[in-house]
Amino acid sequence: MGITNIFSGYTGEELLSIFTMQGFSSLSLFSVFLLMALGLAIIFGQMKIINMAHGEFLTAGAYTTVIMSDMVVKYMPGLLPYYFIFAIIAAFIVAFALGYIVELSLVRFLYKRPLDTLLATWGVSMILQQGFRLVFGGREDSANLPDWLMGSWYPTETIAIPLNGLFLLGTSVVVTLLVYFLLFRSRWGLCVRATVLNREMSNAVGINSKRIDRLTFAFGCGIAGVAGAVFTTIGSVSPAAGSLYIVDTFIVVVFGGAGSLLGTIFSAFGIAQLQSIMEFFLTGVLAKVFVLLSVVGILMIRPQGLRSNKVRE
Amino acid sequence: MISVNKLNVAYGQSAIIHDISLQAEEKEIVAVMGKNGMGKTTLMKSLIGLLRPVSGSIELDGVDVTAWESYQRVAQGIAYVPQGRQIFSQLTVEENILTGLDPKSPQKIQLFEEVYAMFNVLYDMRKRKGGNLSGGQQQQLAIARALVSEPKVLLLDEPTEGIQPSIIKDIARLLNEIKETKNLAIIVTEQVLSFTVDIADRMFVIESGRFQHEDVRGSINEEKIKAFLSV
Ligand SMILES: Nc1ncnc2c1ncn2[C@@H]1O[C@H](COP(=O)(O)OP(=O)(O)OP(=O)(O)O)[C@@H](O)[C@H]1O
Ligand SMILES: [Mg+2]
Repeated sequence: MGITNIFSGYTGEELLSIFTMQGFSSLSLFSVFLLMALGLAIIFGQMKIINMAHGEFLTAGAYTTVIMSDMVVKYMPGLLPYYFIFAIIAAFIVAFALGYIVELSLVRFLYKRPLDTLLATWGVSMILQQGFRLVFGGREDSANLPDWLMGSWYPTETIAIPLNGLFLLGTSVVVTLLVYFLLFRSRWGLCVRATVLNREMSNAVGINSKRIDRLTFAFGCGIAGVAGAVFTTIGSVSPAAGSLYIVDTFIVVVFGGAGSLLGTIFSAFGIAQLQSIMEFFLTGVLAKVFVLLSVVGILMIRPQGLRSNKVRE
Repeated sequence: MISVNKLNVAYGQSAIIHDISLQAEEKEIVAVMGKNGMGKTTLMKSLIGLLRPVSGSIELDGVDVTAWESYQRVAQGIAYVPQGRQIFSQLTVEENILTGLDPKSPQKIQLFEEVYAMFNVLYDMRKRKGGNLSGGQQQQLAIARALVSEPKVLLLDEPTEGIQPSIIKDIARLLNEIKETKNLAIIVTEQVLSFTVDIADRMFVIESGRFQHEDVRGSINEEKIKAFLSV
């Protein structure tokens, strides 16, 4: 099947609407990718390790939201329109705390052995998944969404843009700005940037880099928790929900140029757009193959990723 | 103030520093002179905690800090200006200084003003990337970054390396000034004798990781030390 064939049978106007709508629906995917990739990239930038359990922190955030939603429905139905904001914060706190514990009890012993960290965090990922299965069962759960998250916005007659997608997008923009602000304006951010540049010297000027590692790991996991909270607006939660995203997230980070925030944003956007638009015309698997081939192709031309940090010594 | 006793430091199997002992008191400058590869940097790194000694002890005001991490030693009052400055090249001058500042210190603003008053050029360049400064300016930045942590003991590893003579004189004047105003103990390693002769209250010569010679101010045997330093 040729590329030209798959577009035949649609008028030009229909195609435009399809592209716009798929484009917007891909913004939901973009938002989840972006939040996940931000966390993964921050952790990788600081400690040069890949957190294979990153997806499970999304799941943890999503279950936190589901629990809060159930409690609100049961005990305080009047709060239903507002609870979601608090659920996002709670998801961050739960994932942050979980990440803190994982770093403290396991990851910090493995920083000098990146390959072992890969295996160890993969193990954590399986333990957490089984834990979710034990606690919540294998079935799919979903959160009760407030009315203002349902429905669509119709800018023209043939274009419908779902509100939950817009909300997701808004959240990821706010979180990204917050990450920027923290990285460039807070003490933690200063310590992170100093440690990334020269860990030994950071210690020698008084920075407790091990503490910064722990906070950074937990913070990255916390952002994945936020991704989990907003994920409930577009999908249902199962114990393996987050693990479906780890590969995509990993691709986003590598493609963006590890360690570059701006590259991560562009990369998340590009991959989400491509995947979502291709999914409309091809099957899911074929779309993924297409996306992967494009990524591999571009990485062959630019092995350092879209943007890489130009470090000058 | 700082007291080092029978320090031994090694990289793996290769022992570099052998049984080094030294003391430095308030308002005292101790110079350690030595040729390339004699162990000056190794000694300094073990004092700030970047290297763990094999044996021996380091005490600050009677507190044994031998097993402490670097950041804990900084909090206790040791500051380090490394060889080659090692400022954070991608951070601005202001951010570089901030890294040395304890965020909980009540005198943050005064400390900032003090180092800016001491190094005007840093104030003028505060928004520039550290990596874009000249070598001499980076040296000033590294000293400023160390001073804002309010040290009792200041370690400087070859501060005059790659710096022109007129600025070397400035650094000498500066070290004399801050040791008096801040009641500092300063330990400085060097190869340039003319620099340390002006400022040192005591002088050691290190050779292959051992102190071979010691002089005190007023009776410094320049000929003998020059012989040690000549290749
Ligand atoms: N990381 C290391 N591993 C093994 N040996 C090392 C290491 N660093 C330094 N050495 C060795 O230790 C010895 C002392 O080195 P050190 O850097 O302390 O000398 P230095 O007196 O500071 O010299 P310079 O004046 O050139 O700075 C040298 O023989 C050097 O080769
Ligand atoms: Mg040296």
